[in-house]
Parts: sequence; C-alpha cells; structure tokens
Amino acid sequence: MIKLEKIHRNFQVGEQTVHALDDINLQISQGEYLSVMGPSGSGKSTLLNLIGMLDHATSGQYYLNDQNVTEMNEQQEAAARNKHIGFVFQAFHLIPRLSARENIELPLLLAGIDSEQRRPKVDQALQSMNLIDRAHHKPDQLSGGQRQRVAIARATITEPSVLLADEPTGNLDQKSGADVIQTLESLNDRGITLIVVTHDSHLGKRSMRSLKMVDGRIESDKLADNTR
Amino acid sequence: MLSSDIILYGWKSLKGYRSRTILMLLAMSISVASVLLLTALGEGARRYVTGEFASLGTNMVIVLPGKSETVGMGLSTMMGVTPRDLTLDDAQALTRHPAVTRIAPLNIGAVEVSWQNRKREVTIMGSTQEILELRHWKLLAGQFLPKTDWDRATPVCVIGKKIRDEIFGAHSAIGQWIRLGDNRYRVLGILASEGRSLDIDVEDVVIIPVASAQSLLNTPSLFRILIETRSREAMQTVVDFAIGTIKQRHHGEEDVTVVTQDAVIQTFDKILSALTYAVGGIAAISLAVSGILIMNVMLVAVSQRTAEIGLLKALGASSQKILILILTEALQLSLLGVVVGFILGLGGCWGIRLALPALQAYPPIWAMLASFIVAISTGLLFSLLPAKQASKLDPVNSLQGH
Ligand SMILES: Nc1ncnc2c1ncn2[C@@H]1O[C@H](COP(=O)(O)OP(=O)(O)O)[C@@H](O)[C@H]1O
Ligand SMILES: [Mg+2]
Repeated sequence: MIKLEKIHRNFQVGEQTVHALDDINLQISQGEYLSVMGPSGSGKSTLLNLIGMLDHATSGQYYLNDQNVTEMNEQQEAAARNKHIGFVFQAFHLIPRLSARENIELPLLLAGIDSEQRRPKVDQALQSMNLIDRAHHKPDQLSGGQRQRVAIARATITEPSVLLADEPTGNLDQKSGADVIQTLESLNDRGITLIVVTHDSHLGKRSMRSLKMVDGRIESDKLADNTR
Repeated sequence: MLSSDIILYGWKSLKGYRSRTILMLLAMSISVASVLLLTALGEGARRYVTGEFASLGTNMVIVLPGKSETVGMGLSTMMGVTPRDLTLDDAQALTRHPAVTRIAPLNIGAVEVSWQNRKREVTIMGSTQEILELRHWKLLAGQFLPKTDWDRATPVCVIGKKIRDEIFGAHSAIGQWIRLGDNRYRVLGILASEGRSLDIDVEDVVIIPVASAQSLLNTPSLFRILIETRSREAMQTVVDFAIGTIKQRHHGEEDVTVVTQDAVIQTFDKILSALTYAVGGIAAISLAVSGILIMNVMLVAVSQRTAEIGLLKALGASSQKILILILTEALQLSLLGVVVGFILGLGGCWGIRLALPALQAYPPIWAMLASFIVAISTGLLFSLLPAKQASKLDPVNSLQGH
C-alpha cells in the first residue's frame, strides 16, 4: 500500500546540499507495524513527513494505495492526508484553546462532517482512549499521557489506513510512554498500518519490522522473529 | 468544512486570544463610532442651521434695490448712475399676484430714542402690519402696528425687549409716548422674539409704520421688500413676476435684485453638508488606518499560530482552507468591531441629543453604510496578507516551531 521508489530528499543549506533521504526504496503493506530507528539527523522524520505528504521528494516516486502521490496537487494531497493518514507527534500539537473533545473533532471538521455525525464518533474515540471524563478539559489540564492519547484519538478519528508516530513517547515518562505504545499497538492489532519513529531499541524489538536509518539511507530492514 | 464550523472555529480563536481580539475591537469600534458621531454632529448642525433659517420666514422672496452685478464696480456705478428708488408703490404693485400671500416693505435706519430724560441710539425698522406674521415674530405684550394704508404715517411703534428694559426700566411701556428724532410715537406693544433677523437684533429695535420711517429717515426708497409666497413651488414664479413688474415700472430698466430665502438656506446647506462629508471622510480614513493595526496584529497572530496552522495542514487542511479560516476570523472580528462601533456611536449620538436637544444628532444613512463597508473591507483587505502568509506556511517547519 505504501511504495517508495528511488526517493531522494535534498535540503539546500547555504552552499551545501544535505541528502536527508538518499535513494530510499521501501514497500509497506497494509497492517504492518514498522519501527524506524537510527541516530539523530539520519532522516527518520523526513521519511515520515514524506509518507504523510507533508513533505515532497526531490526525486523518485511515491505510491499510496496505488495512487501516485507525486502527481497529486495540493488539494488532493490535503484530502488524502485527511482520509488516509494519521499523525502523532512528540510535541502532541494540541490546540491549547480547544477542549480534548474539540481537538479530537478537528479532522472530521476539516472533512466537512456535520456535528450530528461527529458526536458519536468522538464519543467512541474518547471512550476507547479512556478519556470520557476529560472530554471538556483543555490540554493544559491534562497529563502528558492523556495529551498524547487525545492526539492519538484525533489521528485515528477519520479511520485512516496509516498511523505515523514520530517519537510519540519522547516527551513522556516511562509509564505513560508504555501506555501510549500499548494504545498504538492495539490500534495496529485492529488493522491500522503503524509506523513509529523511536530511539527506544526495546520498542524496536516489539514491532514486526524494524528499519534502521543512517545518513539518509536504509541501513537495515529486518523482520523481527519475535511476534508479540 | 462546513461554513458553520468555519465560523465557530474563528469564533473560538477570537475568544482564545482575548487581549488581541479586544485590542483590535477597540481600534475598529472607536473608528466606526467616530465616523457616526462626527457625521451626526455635522448633519445635526446642518439641520439646525437650515431649520433656523426656515423659521425666519417660509417661502420668502426678497427684493432689494440695485442689480447685484452692478453693486460695487458695475457699469452703472462707473457711469454715475444710481439705481432708481424702490418705492412703496413698487411694493404695492407686487401684491397683485395670486401666489403672493403677504408683502412687507422695509426701511431701516438709526435714530435717537428718548423718553423722559433717558435717551440712546436705536435701530428703527419701518414696515407694515404684515411683517409680524411674515417673520414669525411674537408679541410679549400689547399690540402690533395696526393694519392701515401703507402711506399713512401713524405715530405708533412697537419696541424690542431690550429697549423696554433700558428706556422704561420698571415703568410700564405700553401707552407711553417716546420721541424718535423730532416726532413722538405711542408704544403699542413689545416684541417677544429674540435673536437676529435680517441682521438686526430684534430685541433692540423700534418698529414704526413704513411711511413714518420714510419721513423720519428722509428717504423715498425702501431698503427691502419681503414677499411671502403661497408655496415653495410658487417662489420662482413670484421671482419672475417681481423682476418683470419692477422692470416695467422702472421704464424697462432691470435695477432690482430678487433673492429667495431658499438660495440662502441652500448655500448653508451645501457648506454644512460638505463639512459633514469632510469630517466623515477624515474619520473613515482613520478607520482605514486602523486596518494597519489589524494587519500587524494579524501578522503577529499568524506567527503565534504557525504550529496550529501546520497541524491543520497535517490533519488535512489545504492552503485554501487555511486562507478561508483566517479571512473568516478577520471578517468576524470586523463585524464585531462594526457592531460595537455602532453601539458606541449611536449611544454617543443619543448622549449628545440628551445634552443638546436642539442639535438633532442622528448619523446619516450614508455614513452608517460607509462606515460599515469601510470597516468590513478594511478588515478583510488588511488580513489578506497575513492570511496568505499563513496559507503558504510549510507544515513541516511550522510543526517544528520555525
Ligand atoms: N528544513 C530543513 N532544512 C535543512 N535541512 C533539513 C531540514 N529538515 C531536515 N534537514 C536535515 O535533514 C537531515 C535529516 O533530518 P531529520 O529527518 O529531521 O532527522 P531525524 O528525524 O532522523 O533526526 C538532517 O541532517 C537535518 O539537518
Ligand atoms: Mg526526527
């Protein structure tokens, strides 16, 4: 469902060209659980942003569900992002003036779904993230773990096929981090394609497939023999 | 995205950034309010002044001796020709038109008035009984000049309040004989009116029959002939009739000027309207200038909200949608500014009307429309740049907080 062919992503920094992604070839099937590891600056975030269509390749082809993303215009990309992709960020990126409920609702709002139809979906998401009693709290009234669960609820509210998480536990303590990983994995169990960037080699071992990146290249791409 | 959701989203962010919102509301609403207030004052002044003029006499046509072009350095003056006298017979001739309801001939001069041992210089006005109604004057006590033939020089007079106070003091004035020049006149009544009329202080005047005034001032010519017409529409007919009649009586020489009260009112009307437009325009410019503040605040707002905009893009908002979101927010803010501005402005006008009831300070419709349109378009125009900037933000950089 995700296919990257000879992807390059260069950044021009002054005179210098940074090869953030250097000839990436990668296929990911529906329902996979992929961890992306590697040192800082190796291109993990760039890869994720590219898959999420927030960033564009300098060269190469990208297919998402057999559609050539490289040929899409901005509006089509936005629509595809809304429909197929969910993002979870290290910094949560919740809108501070909106309640948990309103934050979760945002992608449905952008999709043009009316409030009648939004309500049951959001209720369900709150329920499954164990946030029912936090629905009307603002982000600053929530713990880190709760914030990230709100972000996960928001990322999955449109039932996307891919969930991209860039160091989702980076700002969390051990316990809430584990909790968040648990949540993500259970979503994967229900069929979502999960791609997690992480520094945590322990987490890497839990995934089905583990990618190691160095200097914009895929150094290793291993299927884990252990199934959780 | 549904329009109701777009509006709600804008509303929530306006509420979320309270101090920014209040600052912009202040700028906008004060400008809108000042447009309304200033134009209401201008318009009120215009109405007040034209109303005052109208109260001097309705549908009035004034005949004065001399052709207006020849007043000053005209041909006849240079040739040493003085205009023919405007006589009582001329005035009499003007009564013969169906549209003429009243005529008052008028002479004006200054003489010494005395009673017992008090004396002073005073303006006298020679006229007829008709002038009372024609000028909408009121009597404080006694009676006005009797209705007599115009050429009868009866020794009676009506005096202004100030003359009464200064000459008679505590004594009763009515029935007393005062001396004007060499003759004695019996005081019939006292004028109640105040203020100025035909440039004469009506409190400080003595009115005597026109024939008496002509002999007292030793002049056969009238100062003015005041004509009241049946209707406003009839004024031009009467003007033409007056010019024609006098010309005929003066052997084909057109040596009078005929003006209408209307022309004077219209001049004032024009001046004060122009003034209203001018102050309204200035206030509208300041309203537009407040747009620059809006632009600044919006630019800051966008830079404060880059992460939010990046996030919205990540969640599937296109650049166009971001543009619409920001513009809607600006539009809501402008609308709110207009509403608050109207409340302030109309409330202020109400306050002015309470304090100065004579000045009917209502803002004109055009000013309300203009301030509405200028405010909305200013709000939109000046948020266009920040909105465009926001929509072009790169989502990756925005989310990283660059
Ligand atoms: N917008 C950018 N401009 C210039 N260089 C960038 C930009 N984004 C990423 N890079 C560079 O690309 C490389 C990969 O970055 P990134 O994908 O963020 O790494 P990682 O997430 O693995 O730490 C780094 O060298 C980084 O400096
Ligand atoms: Mg990174």
